[in-house]
Formats: sequence, C-alpha cells, structure tokens
Amino acid sequence: MSFKEIYDSQNWEEAKATIYNKTSLDVEKALSAKRRTLEDFKALISPAAAPYLEQMAQLSHQLTQKRFGKTIQLFVPMYLSNECNNICTYCGFSFDNKIKRKTLSADEILREITKIKKSGFNHILLVTGEANHTVHVDYFKNAIEIIKPHFANISIEVQPLDQNEYEELQQSGVYAVLVYQETYHQDKYKEYHPKGKKSNFYYRIETPERIGNAGIHKIGLGVLLGLEDWRTDSFFCALHLDYLQKTYWQTKYSLSFPRIRPAEGIVVPEKTITDRELVQLICAYRLFNEDVEISVSTRESEIFRNNIIKLGVTSMSAESKTNPGGYSVEPESLEQFEISDERSAEQIATLISDNNYEPVWKDWDKSFQ
Amino acid sequence: MDKLIIANKEFQSRLFLGTGKFGSTKLMEQAVLASDSELVTVALKRIDLETDTDALLTHLNHSHINLLPNTSGARNAKEAVFAAQLSREALETNWLKLEIHPDPKYLMPDPIETLKATEELVKLGFIVLPYIHADPVLCKRLEEVGTAAVMPLGSPIGTNKGLRTIDFLEIIIEQSKVPVIVDAGIGAPSDAAKAMELGADAVLVNTAIAVAGNPAEMAKAFKIAVEAGRMGYEAKLGGIKNNASASSPLISFLD
Repeated sequence: MSFKEIYDSQNWEEAKATIYNKTSLDVEKALSAKRRTLEDFKALISPAAAPYLEQMAQLSHQLTQKRFGKTIQLFVPMYLSNECNNICTYCGFSFDNKIKRKTLSADEILREITKIKKSGFNHILLVTGEANHTVHVDYFKNAIEIIKPHFANISIEVQPLDQNEYEELQQSGVYAVLVYQETYHQDKYKEYHPKGKKSNFYYRIETPERIGNAGIHKIGLGVLLGLEDWRTDSFFCALHLDYLQKTYWQTKYSLSFPRIRPAEGIVVPEKTITDRELVQLICAYRLFNEDVEISVSTRESEIFRNNIIKLGVTSMSAESKTNPGGYSVEPESLEQFEISDERSAEQIATLISDNNYEPVWKDWDKSFQ
Repeated sequence: MDKLIIANKEFQSRLFLGTGKFGSTKLMEQAVLASDSELVTVALKRIDLETDTDALLTHLNHSHINLLPNTSGARNAKEAVFAAQLSREALETNWLKLEIHPDPKYLMPDPIETLKATEELVKLGFIVLPYIHADPVLCKRLEEVGTAAVMPLGSPIGTNKGLRTIDFLEIIIEQSKVPVIVDAGIGAPSDAAKAMELGADAVLVNTAIAVAGNPAEMAKAFKIAVEAGRMGYEAKLGGIKNNASASSPLISFLD
C-alpha cells in the first residue's frame, strides 16, 4: 500500500477531533506504555498532555541519551541558489518576490566551502529553491563533485525529484534528502502553494517513497509549523514516518521543526506554536520513536537552543546563512528567512560541551557510499 | 586467572570498551583507563583520517590500548570490506570489529552479509571479530571461514536489557572453538559478571558506561564485575539444585 492510500483514508477533521478529545487518562496510559502507538502520540501532543510536560521531558532526555549518548551532531546549511519558480506565500524566495536571484557557480561554491571548512564543519546540507531549468540534477552532481572531497557527509534539501534522479545523486555521494511536506492539509497546501510544480500536493507527499526506493541512507521529514494546526499536522507527519519506517526499514529518518520566520515580502501566518508547545512536540516524537534523529536549526532563539540540547535533539546547525553566497561570495544578498541564533560554530560547540555533551563534527565516512 | 588469547594475542583484561556516546572525549579516556581495558572499538565513521589530531584517537593514545576499528554504518558486505581496507591502511591494524546492520532502527546484524564479509576479510588477512545475533549455527559457520572470535549480542544494542539471549549464549559458549565475546545489551556490572560466569571469554560494554552518571566509576565497576565473574567461572560454580535430595532413593535396590 502506498502512503497516498493511507493518507486518503484519513480525515483531517476527525483526526483533529481525536487529538483534542484526548484526556489525562489517555496521556497517563501513553506515558506508561512500553511501546507507544500513534494513538499514544496523539495523546502526547494533545492539550491534555500540557500538565505532564516535565515528565515527558525527563523521559525524552533518558531515551535520547540511551540511544544517541551524550552527543550532538553539528552541520551547516549552504544555499546554492535562491532561484525559484514556485509561489509559496510564506517564503522569501517565492517567485513573485522581486529579489535578486543567484545560483552559485563552481568557483563560488569552492569559495563558500573554503570559508565553511574553517569553522570545523564536516557535515553539510545543500539547499536550493526550485528552478528546474538551471538548478537540476546535473547542477547538483557538479556541485557535489566539488564539495565531496571536503565533507564527510552531504545532505540535500532541494525540489522533489524523480526516483532515477535520486538514484543518480545517491551514486554521486548524497547521504540524506530532506523534504518537508509543509502542511498535510490538502486544501491549505493549495492556498499556500498556488503556482509552480510545488502546487502538486501528491507529488510532494509521495517524494519520501521515491527517496526510499532510490536507496538514500536518510530521509528528513517535517512540517512548516505555523501553516495549519500543528498538532494535526504533526500527527500526519508521524503517520508518514511510521509508514516509511515500516516500508523502507533500511533507511534512517530525521525530523525538523521549522517554525515560520519573518522574511522579505511575506505575511507570516497566524497559527503559531509556542516554545512550550514545541518542546511538547519534540518530546512527544521522542517518546513515540526512540531512534528518529531530531534536528534544531538556527531559526530558533539562543535561549531555546541553549535549553533544548538535553530534551531529545540529536543534531544542530550553527553559523547558518540562508542566502546563496552568504558565507563569503555575497554576504548581503537576500536571505530565505531571518536567522535567530547568530552565534558562531565554535560558540555552539562550547555551548554543547558546557552541557556535558560532546559536539560531534564527523559521524559518517565517504567509504560507505 | 587464565589469560585471554585472540588470534595469538594475549589480553590481561577481559573487558572491551566502546568509545561512542560519551559526553566528552576526556570522559571517554578516563573511563577507558579506569576499566584497564586493552581493546577498545572505534567507529571508522567517527574518525577524521585526514588530520593527525583526531580527538578520539588522541585520547586513546596509550601504549596498553589496542584499537579495534569497527565498520558501523556499513549496510552490506561490500561496504564493510571497503571500509575495513580503509581503516587498515589508516590505523595500521588488521584487527576489525565487523558490524553490518542494514536496519538503522534496532541495528540488527545481517547474518548473511556478515558471513560473506568475514570470509572475504579473512582471506585479505584481517583478524575479524564479527558482531552477530546469538545464533549458534552462524557461530559455527563463522568458525569455518576463519573468524578470530564471535561477538553475539546479549540483547538489542544500546538497550541495557542484559542477557536476554542467555539460552543461546550458553549453546554458543559450549560449542565454540574461538573466543566468545558478549557484545551489546550489557546494562549493568551484574550482567557482565553473569556473562563471564557462563563462560564467555570477554564482554564488550559501551552504553552502560558512556551514559552513566560517572563513567569512570562505572568502568571500574565493570572491571571488577568481569574479574569476579571470570574468577567464579574458573573456580567452577556449584550446580543449581531444584529439589532437595530424595530421602528414599529409588535405586537403592541395585546396591
């Protein structure tokens, strides 16, 4: 069965109602369960779980340490291009946003990574918009060829591709592919993505299956928090994760929790998630899935990142720029969104050490393609 | 106590350590030193072979410590063999902990790929210590292709659940002609002592020490437990009786 069939058999409003109807009894049952189900996950993200947050945090802390040890992996995002043919009403790179467009040349990529390497990074995440005529598989392969000698681990967060394209990228050295559904609410998805290839809801929702079929080592999932009710969206994301993990059992999974940030020319939607709720969500995921990797980016504030280290997170980005060329080539070009935590990689590594955790710069090797 | 010999190499200590999951490389070093272990496993993927100052390796640079590189990350025999060759070249040791777990959720070892890789690596001159399920038949098959030891799991890796596979470990220990090292799942010093009492030749411990409140103290506790368990085994444990001796023997008429 494909995920589309599972998705189509679900009803958003019904799912939402079951989450909001969970009681403290359901939460207590979920907390004491040995193996937690999707119904337990619903209870843990429900409003009824709010009074149990400390207990959830303690459990999340213990489970994460048992599985991942006292370590946090560090990675750096590198934006290759801000060209984009999609209209996404919340994004600084949106096609209808009149900004200067840039795609890094081979020489510029080399200049960027020379700068990034100086900060100590060995894991890199390559990011683009969606401009299939210029930023396509051949462009990615060229970029990866330049980057590969300098990094132990390469992930990409680019437009959804076909299976054969993912296979090519796997061969060329891509370890992980991150693709966020943004929202699992089909109608809202169409509203936020009115134009461009991205407006095809099902092509996007089926992307992780194409990545899995292509044999990529790791798939990154997530929703853009703020577009729709975060609880219901996160339930669908957990449903997706559960399906993928059972189907592509040789693949690793990671979750990200992007919250909408201010950006040039956009209106920030209103369905915000508070810090407290985001902690609840992170802990709920950990209790539901002990082995999923959890990543927190520099979208989050210093104070949030200082305190989230012990609560279930396994990787963090640092010193990020969200504009192509942002590290050295063109520091002033327009960014995708505003960074909140602007501390250097060294400062973040020190922060991790001060929490008695080991900052891990390298946890992969090129020999395992 | 008897000395442990693997591939003609003598070990005073029967406790092997993993080096992942520690809160810092300094804590890891302190734990390794406190354990008196002479064989520690390091994940090839964690080591930066391009520098001479890799943090993990720098902290393991003690004359009594031997490195056992592992292939964690490999999903099949081909990847494991390739990684092994790389590690032999870079770390100048032909010892290898073979780990092939295509399942990133429970890190279950793949028996088929492991057997295939062991056979190939032995031919290439490696001293192979494969991480496997507590599968007695697989252990014999690995022996036949020249494995230096077998490393069956006590319970799923990282779970601290102890010796859940005890019935199979007993069969493996009974049948094995190569050293048996219980790896994975050992959660407390008492688990390690138990494995040694069963007659295991050594144990490998990582998570239970690395995430302990005081890793160095825990390492020492494991050292003592392993010694106690081995001593108990060598001193020949008394058998366990379920019933008292019968007061009216049934076969006295034969006397």
